[in-house]
Amino acid sequence: MKKKAFSSVMTLALAGGLILGGCSSSTGSSGDEKSSSGDKTVVKMMHLWPEGSSNAQYTIVDDIINAYEKEHPDVDIQTEILGNEQYKEKVKVLSASNELPDVGITWAAGYMKPFVDGKMFAPLDDIAKEDNFVAGTLDAFSVDEKPYAVPLELNITPVYYNKEIFKKYNLEAPKTYDEFLNVVETLADNKVTPITLGNKDRWTGSMWYMYLADRIGGPEALNNAINRSGSFEDPALVQAAEEIEKLVKMNAFVKGYNGLSNDEAKGYFMNEQAAMYMMATWELPNYTTTPDVSQEFKDKVGYFKFPTYEGGKGDIDSYVGGPGVGLFVSEQSKVKDEAKEFVSYLVEEWGKRSVVDAGVIPATVVDTSDVELHPMYIDILNDLGNATNLTLYADVQMSASVADVHLNQIQALFGGQTTPEKFAKTQEEALAAEK
Amino acid sequence: MKNVMSNKYVIALYTLPALLLILTLIYIPIVLSGYYGFMDWDGIGEMTFIGLDNYITLVQDKMFWTSTYHSFLLAIFSTASLVLYLAISLVLASKIKGSDLLRKIYLIPMLLSSVAIAQLWMKIFDPTNGMANTLLEMFGVENTPIWLADPEIALYAIFIPVIWQYAGFYILIYYAALKNVPDEIIEAAKIDGASSLQIAYKIKLPLISGIFKVTIMLAVVGSLKYFDLIYVMTGGGPNGASEVMASYMYKEAFKLNNFGYGSAIGFGLLVIALFMTWLISKLTKSKDDVQF
Repeated sequence: MKKKAFSSVMTLALAGGLILGGCSSSTGSSGDEKSSSGDKTVVKMMHLWPEGSSNAQYTIVDDIINAYEKEHPDVDIQTEILGNEQYKEKVKVLSASNELPDVGITWAAGYMKPFVDGKMFAPLDDIAKEDNFVAGTLDAFSVDEKPYAVPLELNITPVYYNKEIFKKYNLEAPKTYDEFLNVVETLADNKVTPITLGNKDRWTGSMWYMYLADRIGGPEALNNAINRSGSFEDPALVQAAEEIEKLVKMNAFVKGYNGLSNDEAKGYFMNEQAAMYMMATWELPNYTTTPDVSQEFKDKVGYFKFPTYEGGKGDIDSYVGGPGVGLFVSEQSKVKDEAKEFVSYLVEEWGKRSVVDAGVIPATVVDTSDVELHPMYIDILNDLGNATNLTLYADVQMSASVADVHLNQIQALFGGQTTPEKFAKTQEEALAAEK
Repeated sequence: MKNVMSNKYVIALYTLPALLLILTLIYIPIVLSGYYGFMDWDGIGEMTFIGLDNYITLVQDKMFWTSTYHSFLLAIFSTASLVLYLAISLVLASKIKGSDLLRKIYLIPMLLSSVAIAQLWMKIFDPTNGMANTLLEMFGVENTPIWLADPEIALYAIFIPVIWQYAGFYILIYYAALKNVPDEIIEAAKIDGASSLQIAYKIKLPLISGIFKVTIMLAVVGSLKYFDLIYVMTGGGPNGASEVMASYMYKEAFKLNNFGYGSAIGFGLLVIALFMTWLISKLTKSKDDVQF
């Protein structure tokens, strides 16, 4: 009898433990919500700038939220912060279960489209005014002429180079493609890695290809192939692939580039083991403001625009680039109006502070005449002002599955596992199958 | 205790928590993923029922079979490496000096997280600054391999850390089994004049043969669903040269937004793993396991 009593007690304890365990966490979180919200309106926001790795952006957003809450005492903004890749995945999972935050971050075009088609994002035509943004940036976040997110950043892609290495071999920043090839050859002959490239990530190699396609065939060639008014088998696009092959044969790229991630490849440039590195302007802080990088290295870094190709249609002021991330408001949100108001406030304040404090070029039109900026920023902002064209990254323009074909072909082209003709044909077939 | 175990309600009550967990976390998701496999679903919008389309695509998908082949290669390599683990355990269990310390050293990789191991080996495989190529250059090799960037080598290069990572685990299993062999039997053999090789071959190995079945099963099924290092080190690249079934499933579902097709791949993986489990248990079926 005693034993039986004992066992029942144990069972109870076990079951109780389970139930209590389950409860404690749920009461904890729900209690939390209540205590902080009170009679305030809670706006939930998710972003991807953790305090540790993106401190500058984190601080700006945090300051803006505090300022907004001060101005609107009845609103409480709660943030959830994740790193880039985790963020991308969590958003997908949340939207599958209809639990998107009221305000969140999204990428443009191809990434955003399924969310818009699934009616997850609210149209923002009432708060996004075309004039406030740099031309073209709002379009990247629009579906059927309606904006579904407002852009925060804008990037163009220059080629950074190490002035000291260039000086050592009597080289100058190239203006034409022939000069560029000469630079590559001289460096390669002297056993210096000319270009570092992390092509495991694939979009990195895609940018090199996009520039060649732009300089040879003009911006229309690639854009038309993607929007289906043209073909990927356009001679200019094939020729661009041939040029990539040539660069590979000249040993222009760092050894094992197809196995290196962008971050690993960047290391070669930062350690002065490679002379050139092409990356979007989000890298600028590393060469200007970031305190972790030595001033000595920063002084050595310069940049040049991707050189012109003789006989090609593209001009030197045409860029690969585009808006980075934007802010969306969830269609399911119960506090849509408050969320929208907060988004427009955030975008405006972000525009004022991001260049100076974080070294991020905002997508909003900003007057920078009265702020003190690193000369490299002023140059870049001027270049941006003079830009004749901005081509959005090819993989962002395409739908996810076609982008995958494109990126695989890029890796194969750089790895010598395909020919320029096959490279063009495979992508043409993938694009054609889509429609 | 006898009383307790004869009460059916108590038995049910005791098994209930585990049953609920296994149902909600394993069996229900399996059924669901089989069901999602019938859908065209991007993970965000509406699902549409498309019947067997995903499964038909799966059977004809060259990339799926390539990744299956890669998974099986890994399974073969990790099964073969069991012999190595066994040899090490035999040495460790034979009361040599410092075997305690060595055992702990072999166990260390198991304590590291997969991502840390991947980062470590990516540094080793770095074509210019990595340890592997620096060593090769020291020995005068001129055209050092580019490891993870070479489609011919990438997959095998990843096998090395995978096999290294699990060494501790299998050595621990074999070691424990070998330690379980009673000293009296070994002493009796020694008195009869058996050499240590004979003791290992004729006494120890037959006595722990039951463990082989378990470890082979673990190695094969573990390899078939292997994901971590591949995902971090190459992401299945370059160009699918190191894609395995699990990484391919992940890519289709999360990167390309094909949750329906991803589920179908997951289901295919399950069927293959189940079949292999059945096959192995059939092939290794012995009479009765030895009791001592």
